[in-house]
Amino acid sequence: MGAHSFSGKVAIVGAFDTPVGTIVGKTPMELCVEAGLGALADAGLRAGQVDGLVTCNAMAQPLLYHAEAMAEYLQIFPRYCMAVGAGGGTTFSIIHHAASAIITGMADIVLVSMADSLRSGLSRDQALLVQSSTGHPEFEQPFGPTVPAYYALIARAHMAQYGTTAEQLAQVAVSGRAHAARNPAAQMRDPITVADVLASRMIADPLHLLDCSLVSDGGSAIVLTSAEVARDLAQPPVYLLGAGEGHRHEHISQAHSLTTSAAREAGERAYGMAGLGPQDMDFAQLYDCFTPTVLVELEDLGFCAKGEGGAFLESGATLPGGALPVNTHGGLLSHCHPGNPGSMFALTETVWQLRHAAGARQVRDASLALVHAQGGIMSSHTALILGREAG
Amino acid sequence: MSKILPRPTPLSQPYWDGCREGILRLQQCLDCTRCQFYPRAVCSHCHSARLEWRAACGRGVLASYTVVERGISAAYPAPYVVALIDLAEGPRMMSSVIGADPADLRVGAPVELGFAEWSDEIQMPVFHLIEDARGELS
Ligand SMILES: [Zn+2]
Repeated sequence: MGAHSFSGKVAIVGAFDTPVGTIVGKTPMELCVEAGLGALADAGLRAGQVDGLVTCNAMAQPLLYHAEAMAEYLQIFPRYCMAVGAGGGTTFSIIHHAASAIITGMADIVLVSMADSLRSGLSRDQALLVQSSTGHPEFEQPFGPTVPAYYALIARAHMAQYGTTAEQLAQVAVSGRAHAARNPAAQMRDPITVADVLASRMIADPLHLLDCSLVSDGGSAIVLTSAEVARDLAQPPVYLLGAGEGHRHEHISQAHSLTTSAAREAGERAYGMAGLGPQDMDFAQLYDCFTPTVLVELEDLGFCAKGEGGAFLESGATLPGGALPVNTHGGLLSHCHPGNPGSMFALTETVWQLRHAAGARQVRDASLALVHAQGGIMSSHTALILGREAG
Repeated sequence: MSKILPRPTPLSQPYWDGCREGILRLQQCLDCTRCQFYPRAVCSHCHSARLEWRAACGRGVLASYTVVERGISAAYPAPYVVALIDLAEGPRMMSSVIGADPADLRVGAPVELGFAEWSDEIQMPVFHLIEDARGELS
C-alpha cells in the first residue's frame, strides 16, 4: 500500500488565466479555449501536441460531453479525454489523476482547462439550479438551506467547540483582500477591515456578505507533462511533489464531524508522498468559498493545532509577508469564483509564485507550496504539494 | 411560490406517512441494533438489509444551527433557522427550530420534535427549544 508515487516525475509547464469578473460577450467554451491556448503558448506547445484533455462542465453552458466538445472546437484528437465533476475539488483531484495518467503512459501532454460564466451567463432557471443543486433533495433542501447556510453550520460548530469568534473568521476575508490588493487581475482590490466584514449584511448567521466568496466569469488552464519532457519547454517546470485526497460524505448532515474534515487525510497523503510536512511550506492556497473553510483547513492540513485556527488567523500569519501567506492571488473571496473552475486560479497563481514571476505579490524565496481544494460541503478534498525543484 | 417539497420514494414512504401521523420514524437494524437516518435499503453501519421502522422519542440536542437572513426563495421568509439535530437515538438530521428567539439558540441546547405543514401531503419534522431548559441555557 502507498507505493504509488509520482513525486517529482510530473511538472506543470504552462499556466494561463483569462480576465475574470464580469466578462460579457464570451461563452464559457470561448473562455475555456482562450485559457487552454494561453497555457499552451506559455509552455511553448501547440494544441496539436496535446494528447490528454481534461475540462469541467460549465453551469452556464452545460454540455453532455464537455471535454470532447472542446477537443472538437480546437480540432485536436486526444487519447485521454474527460470532463470531471467534483465541485470545487474537481481541479485538484483531476491533477492527481492526470499525473497518474502521465506516469502510466495514458498521455504525455495533458491540458487541464476550465471556465464558467456564473456572473453574467446564467439564465434565471440555471441560477436557481445552482442554488438548489447542493443538499439532499428529500432530507435537507425542504428546510431551505442556502449554500452559505451549510457553511454557517460549520462556523457555528467551530465557535461553540473552540471559542472561535466572528472577528477571527473575518480575518480570512481581510487577509484574502490584502493579497488581492497586490494583484491587478483580482476582481475586488479595495482593502477591507474586520469591522467592514462584521458590518456587511448578515447572510446566514454568523456569516456576513464579506464572509462569502464572489460570483464570477473566468477561465484558467495549466499544462502537465513528465519531468523529462518539461526540461525542454519554454518555462521553468513546477514539479508536483505530492498529492492526496480524502472523501467523507456528500451531505453536511451526514458528516461525522463538523469541525474536522477530510482535508486531514488529503494533507497526510500529500505530505507522505512528498516526504514533506506543513512546516516546509512557504505559502498555501486554501479553498475559501466561505471564511470558515480556511479556518478548518489550516488546522486539518497541519498549519496549526485543532481549535487554534482562529488564533492563527488573528496573528496575521496568512497576510502578505506573514509566516504562511494564504491565497496569494486573493482567493475565491477576492480574486474570483466562477464555480467549479475556481481553484484553477489558485493553481496558476502557485505556478507563477514558484517561477518567481508573481510581481508585486511575490512570496520571497518561495520554493514549496501546498494547494488545497474541496467540493460539496467540505465533502471531497484534494491537497497538492508543488515545488521549484524535483525533490 | 411553494416550499421545496420532498418526493417520497417507495423506501421512504413510511417515513413521510409517519410524519403525517405525528411520528418521526427511524430505521433500526435488527442485526447491530443501531438506528440510522436518512432511510436506506441497508444499514449504513453493518450493511444488513434487516431493518425495521421505529418511532423516535422526539428528544434531541442542537448540534449546530444558523439563522438564515437571506432566504432561499419567497416561500421561506427570513429569518429562519436551519439546524442539525442529534437525536436521542443517535442519528443526526437536518431540520429547523421554530418558535424560538434566535438569541436563545445554543449548540447543545435540548430540543423536542414538532411538525409543520409544508403542503397538504407533507408534514415536516421540526424542533422546538425545550421550555424548561431556556433559563439555564442563557
Ligand atoms: Zn446494522
